[in-house]
Amino acid sequence: MIGIGPVYVLAGLMFGVMALMSIRDSRNPRRRRNAAFWGLYAVSFLLGDLLGDFGNGILVLAMVGVAAAGLGVGRPKTTTPDERKLLARKFGDTIFAPALAIPLVTVSAALVLRYIFIAGRPLVDPAQTTLIGLGLASVTAVVLCRAVLKQRVIAAVDEGRRLMDLLGWASVLPQMLSALGAVFAIAGVGTAIGQIAAQAIPGGSRIAAVIAYALGMALFTAVMGNAFAAFPVLTIGIGLPLIVMQFHGDPIAMSAIGMLSGFCGTLVTPMAANFNLVPAALLGLKNRYGVIAVQIPTAILLLMVNMVLMYVVVFR
Amino acid sequence: MVGFAARVNPLVVVVAAALVSGIAGGLEPGAVIAAFGKAFNENRYVSLTWLVLPAIGALERAGLQERARELILKIHGASVSSILCIYLLVRQVTVALGLPVGGQASMVRPLIAPMTEAAAEARTDGLTEAQRDAVRAHAAAADNVGAFFGEDIFVAIGSILLIKGFLAQNGITADPLQLSLWAIPTAVAAFLIHAARIVLFARRLGRGG
Repeated sequence: MIGIGPVYVLAGLMFGVMALMSIRDSRNPRRRRNAAFWGLYAVSFLLGDLLGDFGNGILVLAMVGVAAAGLGVGRPKTTTPDERKLLARKFGDTIFAPALAIPLVTVSAALVLRYIFIAGRPLVDPAQTTLIGLGLASVTAVVLCRAVLKQRVIAAVDEGRRLMDLLGWASVLPQMLSALGAVFAIAGVGTAIGQIAAQAIPGGSRIAAVIAYALGMALFTAVMGNAFAAFPVLTIGIGLPLIVMQFHGDPIAMSAIGMLSGFCGTLVTPMAANFNLVPAALLGLKNRYGVIAVQIPTAILLLMVNMVLMYVVVFR
Repeated sequence: MVGFAARVNPLVVVVAAALVSGIAGGLEPGAVIAAFGKAFNENRYVSLTWLVLPAIGALERAGLQERARELILKIHGASVSSILCIYLLVRQVTVALGLPVGGQASMVRPLIAPMTEAAAEARTDGLTEAQRDAVRAHAAAADNVGAFFGEDIFVAIGSILLIKGFLAQNGITADPLQLSLWAIPTAVAAFLIHAARIVLFARRLGRGG
């Protein structure tokens, strides 16, 4: 059965090549740091399972050290805006083919791969079809760029490095925050906050319980960066004892709307880096929090809608 | 959260937060580093998104963003609000069906952001830098809002399974389909609220203010 392993190897090779390209980039005065950062990324993907827990911890500290020292931005040879306009005319709409291949291949893989069996056993791990599909889609798109647009594979990796350098340390932040969530869980941070929240609510009021649960989900998600971490804490602390046990509310509607209240918190927090900070870097925004600024009003309005909705449907 | 407010590298803040909370929770510093390393290794899949960047970069090199702009200028009626509202809807509906279409690296940067920018430039006499950034930020936000408030309608999504598992541990049987049905009202509200905000933003942009 094919698992996630080959996709990690692919990512490791990509970062390894980017590290080598970085060190040869004489136009980046900080090329050694960039090479070290992408090189450590490559080591994590290629050898992470062999390093042991403490070894991986040291690897993370090394990556953080290099990032804190300051990464540069590489300058791979790329086309000028005028050349791009000419190329866009030349290729016409065929240029969309590799771009559309990415979602198309990812979706088909997610739908089809789980049904392929060889000798009665699944060909790929059913739990990993989307990520394996993403790997396949990335390779397909690069191959199409080579075949249709005559872009050399090595040039594609170098262009990928241009975008990775644009992201810099932000590229590893989402993974770091996921790891932080795991440490929070071990250390019992969630339970501690849940107990404080439960004591702060005035008893005997349905409205107060609903507001505390929905608002708590949003705030706690903002702190943790992840509604999945907030849900068990708030539901044990407030949802089940107050809304369900004391006021006989419907636990299913409450949980569904509670989770979505948490997502309102995701919209406003830098802790959800992959959604909020990474796009700001990817789009070259001056303000690191530019995406969050746009999302705050939607998050507040939607949280209020969720509170009203929860109050109406949970006690129906 | 506090660290983000200070001007320290966020990676340093994350490591410090892990050490502080781990030690406060009774772990040895070495054990915290090992726990963090283990979780970091287990969460490598989070960073697999970057696999699409070589293809996206090669497409940009060949003029994808420029072509996307030209395409938008040819379509009559293509405007900031129509592009973003349609993308918001498509993102919500596909995610609700469990289809991974979209994303910041594979759709927003190469296609949605340049298309929206081109439409905005066509309607105004050039964008200021602040306006251009606001247009781009709106493109990213449409992707996030669409994804967050569509995914819970899909029964096999992680959050639905998490709720089901959690309620089962507490002696409550929940049908995933029921959970996903209760996600629909919020999904509709999310579309209405965010689409209205997009329309207002586009209007403000059109007036040059």
